[in-house]
Amino acid sequence: MAEYESHTLDVLIIGAGGAGLRAAIEASATGARTALVCKSLLGKAHTVMAEGGVAAALGNVWPEDNWEVHFRDTMRGGKMLNNWRMAQLHAQEAPDRVLELEEWGAVFDRTADGRILQRDFGGHRYARLAHVGDRTGLELLRTCQQRAVSLGIEVFMECKIVRLLTDATGAVNGAVGFWRESGTFVVFGAKSVVIAAGGVGKTWKFTSNSWEGTGDGHALALWAGADMIDMECVQFHPTGMVWPPSARGILVTEGVRGDGGVLRNSDGERFMFNYIPDFYAKETADTIEEGDQWYENKTDFRRPPELLPRDEVARSINSEVKAGRGSPHGGIYLDIASRRSPEYIKRRLPSMYHQFKELADVDITVEAMEIGPTCHYIMGGIRVDADTAATTVPGLFAAGEAAGGMHGANRLGGNSLSDLLVFGRRAGQYAAEHALGRPDDVEIDRTQVDAVVGHALAPFARDGENPYAVHHALQETMQSLVGIIRTESELLEAREALDALEERAAASGVEGHRQFNPGWHLALDLESMLAVARCTTLGAIERKESRGGHTRDDFPGPDPEFAKVNMVTRMHDGAVVVAAEPLPEMPDELKTLFEEAH
Amino acid sequence: MSSEATVTAANRPAGAPAGSSSPADVTMRLWRGDASGGGFVDYTIENLGGEVVLDVVHRIQAEQAPDLAVRWNCKAGKCGSCSAEVNGKPRLMCMTRMSTLELSEPITISPMRGNPVIRDLVTDVSFHFAVARRIPAFHPGPREADGTYRMAQVDVERVQEFRKCIECFLCQNVCHVIRDHEENKPAFAGPRFFARLAELEMHPLDTLDRRELISRDLGVGLCNITKCCSEVCPEGIHITDNAIIPLKERVVDARYDPIAWLGRKIRRRPSPTPAYVTAALAPAAATGEVISTEPAPRATS
Ligand code: SF4
Ligand code: SF4
Ligand code: FES
Repeated sequence: MAEYESHTLDVLIIGAGGAGLRAAIEASATGARTALVCKSLLGKAHTVMAEGGVAAALGNVWPEDNWEVHFRDTMRGGKMLNNWRMAQLHAQEAPDRVLELEEWGAVFDRTADGRILQRDFGGHRYARLAHVGDRTGLELLRTCQQRAVSLGIEVFMECKIVRLLTDATGAVNGAVGFWRESGTFVVFGAKSVVIAAGGVGKTWKFTSNSWEGTGDGHALALWAGADMIDMECVQFHPTGMVWPPSARGILVTEGVRGDGGVLRNSDGERFMFNYIPDFYAKETADTIEEGDQWYENKTDFRRPPELLPRDEVARSINSEVKAGRGSPHGGIYLDIASRRSPEYIKRRLPSMYHQFKELADVDITVEAMEIGPTCHYIMGGIRVDADTAATTVPGLFAAGEAAGGMHGANRLGGNSLSDLLVFGRRAGQYAAEHALGRPDDVEIDRTQVDAVVGHALAPFARDGENPYAVHHALQETMQSLVGIIRTESELLEAREALDALEERAAASGVEGHRQFNPGWHLALDLESMLAVARCTTLGAIERKESRGGHTRDDFPGPDPEFAKVNMVTRMHDGAVVVAAEPLPEMPDELKTLFEEAH
Repeated sequence: MSSEATVTAANRPAGAPAGSSSPADVTMRLWRGDASGGGFVDYTIENLGGEVVLDVVHRIQAEQAPDLAVRWNCKAGKCGSCSAEVNGKPRLMCMTRMSTLELSEPITISPMRGNPVIRDLVTDVSFHFAVARRIPAFHPGPREADGTYRMAQVDVERVQEFRKCIECFLCQNVCHVIRDHEENKPAFAGPRFFARLAELEMHPLDTLDRRELISRDLGVGLCNITKCCSEVCPEGIHITDNAIIPLKERVVDARYDPIAWLGRKIRRRPSPTPAYVTAALAPAAATGEVISTEPAPRATS
């Protein structure tokens, strides 16, 4: 058998979006030999799609804002299923992470007195999102990218990791992947591995995620023995494009609503006023007049219900469409045209203006947008220690969307960019610390490598069906049976369907050669998506309640017993198993923040 | 491969678009091959309407040519991955609506000519990443006493125009200085990186002097202001007018008058505002009324 290209490192970071880059910057600052590996080119990661902003209690617009308010908003938005310690660290550290970006060249929009401007977003009590028009994710990614480049950090681009490697004790000590360009294999030996590989959206049919969002990071960790938590908590962003079909799922920023846009049904009614849950009644306007005054005066008026957390808005849209009050293409209307001047819209939402003009031939300064829920983000993910980002497997760390716990059952807009900065940094720091504490380079087990390579090449030797067909079938299954609204019988049906899909995937074959062959790449990505689908489905069956991004038709309300548990999925004897395990308990001094609420 | 490349219209759903402006089927003439050579292959596929070029390429990939190599990520014009030449024009495939093309003729899609081919529509972009590594990063001065950096919205808007860049490298691809002149590449950064350099040079907080690098090593002088780069930029960045020409001026100034350069670096800063004024300003700022009245320039192409 041929020799493999190999690289020996202290810290290997899988994924070069915001979390991965931030981890790399931190790890390399400690002197650890650090490298990033990513499936696409550098600077293309899904972080660019984050539009609205990065949430941080800087207090520039509202001096009353502070970490405690942010912490409380985050926990409430997450329906208290969050890992409290992660939510605390996040709220405390986000302001420093944003200011640091500025030092690295990020250029945020400014307040009148020259500081970073902050905007309103759903679930945040104060205008809190530092932003750059509606392209904040690009700004954050580019800033971290330019920082990493200036530090000389090595980046292995267009490389797909197939499996992690472990030593005799079960600790992670490297990874095997292949160059997409040539199809040749590469072995990374590393004392620490950080998973920062983002999300899983491609498992569903309508998604805002790019082709990369196939849950590779989740699957790699799962296969290496790590625990996953709350994988049933999946965020369907309320506003994705629904028309034309090719644009279906593409994100429409929440900033449209933050800047005055409202939701209307086919009767032109602002239906969100009919869906204000008790949990948020105290802080939500119950008349249109009050809601409209809030934009100008946030002290004396309550926010309009269009700015409720995403899970509430997505479910309400779903109900309106089901009740027959939807738009022609099965969505509802997002209207900013009748509420703000064309100049204002173009200045505040330039990318949205551009996106609708180019993709849908719709001028959003004149017409309402047709929108509907789209699979956007997974709150669940790899179980980590809040302070160190360490997973349950020694040597393996995780940050960003791949890690679970921070957002509980539902993520607030703007909290993901801050999450990846705060925990990307922590993962980099502790991964480096772990690596530097181990003097000798790792020893790679050659037989493991050979087995991974053999497995990865197997699709070429099979003449089963095209992996695209299996992928479409998986997306249909998850969309219709494990979508926004779930029910026991359908979830059990999904579990069975996954058995069959796994068999189909294992038999699927690819044609052509190894150089840049997307069919082959998909065959391997499909394994990750199937693993994610399994975890989500099992968690969804066991969580017999509705909470945040997990809604059960047969258990429509939250259940206090389920508020106390994470649904943990892990490998056991070659199969994924699920178990409810207790959540870490919040200390009393933080609990008081919720008593004096509003 | 080409034998499978024709799909019949037999299973086309009723109501699918027909007629000369929107025919039942379209023919996509895709370049297939690698560094050793290749050629165009025609794929005829149902015209579903409402699609962008990248959608049709993806359907060909899913139904007829699973090994067709193409880069993409966001499908929303935000990542700059899907650059190619559509009927000879450098475009983002995800932002090129089929309805804007003449569908009665085959639509030709070829890889960006300015880069070496890897496979099919995928090209080697390593030159651009190498240039990025040659540019000294942002280097700010000290923070204000209160720990913040202060900048006025008017000042940051100039910089923000360049930071919209999605690194699609379409501008690099059309620039004649390097498009067919591999030999110029070591001494020429290309329009994308002139925009980056202009961004750094105009940043109100940056303190480095990169003029020597810009004129001597990165070859701003080789640009003869044809504006081809600005014309293809999907982000509508006025690369030539707002980045390159000011850089050229700055570099010339430098030869004679270092003080003039310093004067340009030190920009009007808003004076720190007392806390009570900030509080009074807050509601206005929260509605998003930024100070400038200038709308950000956008592409309309
Ligand atoms: S204006 Fe200059 S940089 Fe732009 S395409 Fe022409 S020669 Fe190249
Ligand atoms: S300047 Fe414009 S054309 Fe050039 S890489 Fe950036 S976005 Fe693309
Ligand atoms: S796929 Fe991102 S710009 Fe086209």
